[in-house]
Amino acid sequence: MVLLGQFLEVLVGGLLAGVLYSLVALGFVLIFKASGVFNFAQGAMVLLAGLALVRSLDFLVARGFPLWSSIILALCFAGVIMAITAWLIERFVLGPLVNQDGLTLFMSTIGATFILEGASQMIFGSDVYPLRLFPTDAWFLFEGLFPGGILVNKLDVWGGFIAGILVAGLAVFFQRTKTGRALRAVADDHAAAQSVGIPISWIWFVVWLVAGLVALVAATVWGTKLGVQFSITFLALKALPVLIIGGFTSVPGAIVGGLIVGAGEKIAEVFLGPHIGGGIEYWFAYVLALAVLLVRPQGLFGERIIERI
Amino acid sequence: MTEALAKPAPVAKTEAATPILGVHNIEVIYDHVILVLKGVSLEVPEGGIVALLGANGAGKSTTLKSISNLVRSERGEVTKGRIEFKGERVDGMTPNDLVRRGCIQVMEGRHCFGHLTVEENLLTGSFTRRDGRGAVAADLDMVYAYFPRLKERRNSLAGYTSGGEQQMTAIGRALMSRPTMILLDEPSMGLAPQIVEQIFEIVRDINTKERVSFLLAEQNTNVALRYASYGYILESGRVVMDGDSKSLRENEDVKEFYLGVGGGDRKSFRDVKSYKRRKRWLA
Repeated sequence: MVLLGQFLEVLVGGLLAGVLYSLVALGFVLIFKASGVFNFAQGAMVLLAGLALVRSLDFLVARGFPLWSSIILALCFAGVIMAITAWLIERFVLGPLVNQDGLTLFMSTIGATFILEGASQMIFGSDVYPLRLFPTDAWFLFEGLFPGGILVNKLDVWGGFIAGILVAGLAVFFQRTKTGRALRAVADDHAAAQSVGIPISWIWFVVWLVAGLVALVAATVWGTKLGVQFSITFLALKALPVLIIGGFTSVPGAIVGGLIVGAGEKIAEVFLGPHIGGGIEYWFAYVLALAVLLVRPQGLFGERIIERI
Repeated sequence: MTEALAKPAPVAKTEAATPILGVHNIEVIYDHVILVLKGVSLEVPEGGIVALLGANGAGKSTTLKSISNLVRSERGEVTKGRIEFKGERVDGMTPNDLVRRGCIQVMEGRHCFGHLTVEENLLTGSFTRRDGRGAVAADLDMVYAYFPRLKERRNSLAGYTSGGEQQMTAIGRALMSRPTMILLDEPSMGLAPQIVEQIFEIVRDINTKERVSFLLAEQNTNVALRYASYGYILESGRVVMDGDSKSLRENEDVKEFYLGVGGGDRKSFRDVKSYKRRKRWLA
């Protein structure tokens, strides 16, 4: 019973932590789907969104604004910053590179990463800024059933809740709206989308804006967890195995991939760690991704490649 | 066949009041070095069907793409000449601008959105419209009336439909933008003869009922000249001959090179070569 309790606790903790990885991975998926670009700058966008949010929030609170209205204002401000970023990236980075090789575009996003990281720290500062949007204490569930109960972090639950809303919202946006349909059309065939009058530059702006807003959501949760700081950009590296496992083109894949990575690495750490040495958490996801690459290169939910003969 | 010949009223080039589309002496260069079109001129009268004929690589697709301006996203550029649509200069506009003005291209090889359903494909065609859901829904019904087959397949992914259905989807999608001019690139490509005939019948239907003008690029000279009223023949980036369909069909050279009939008393391949070498078409 103790073991089962421990297992459940690790599993739930891992799954919820995995949702937070999914939040970052989602931004990648959106951009990759619509433009075929692997956006290396997603991590930097999370940092930028987080810094814009926390600094404006601190500023407003220090001026004596009530907390709730400052949070809303700060979120709006960060949203505007992400919109400007999306516009700048479309205008100056991707716009001139239309119809270039995927690798070229990827390289350009690496460049954008450094500029975003530098600029955001230059403008908003480079300290560690604590963000307190969500409760960070824990619940103890099923105390009658297991000795000590199962510890569940409230922040992680919030993260899961927000991720759920986000995914539902994105699904509605992609499936039900005209712009969403146009986004999927562009993802399928750039040239044909252009031929029916869908303006590619507008679509790319929308995609980067949506990815920026997803980064903002990720920043609210991660910022509360770690504090808004430079190391948030390394989340991008954790999102990579999530994407490989779930598939680069699938929104549900990003979620499931995140869950697998989160649960897998925590369980491996706790139950395998003592036997083969600790630190498994840091490389387990990558090994998992490698295994998936060998068996199913498009990922679990990667787009079916439709080929008619 | 004879009925098909009689139907389109031949439009004399000279008397067309203001052509809906005028291409004047355009030159197109790809990648700054490759000269693909060397001074192409053509006109499409309002409500007409005009065929653009020629072999592979003659420049048919490039001509259409330079009108719709998709050529720019393939690193091509119209360097000389001008293109007028409804009297307005349109070279240098984006494809989006042109679709808004009523000129849309159906690309060679269909280019349906494979992961969207047939109906979603059709709806993407209405992206530029601002006249509300009701009007779009009405046009969706209109497209289904022209292509009943698409209504049956409305919920299948376009990627899994047959070539003919994809061509119908592509034409229907263009129709959803409420165009006055459709640039139709190689609609017969890879399709069975009956399907080709069916699609051309629908094109003519659309032409007469919706008053949509067509400029169609085709390798299948025979079919194209039966449905078009006027034709231009392109050879390595130049218009080498033009005329109304009837005169083109009866022209000995067209018969020999494009329709695959006649050719007189040639007996050996040497004659072919010398004939071709001597006879250059330069309009």
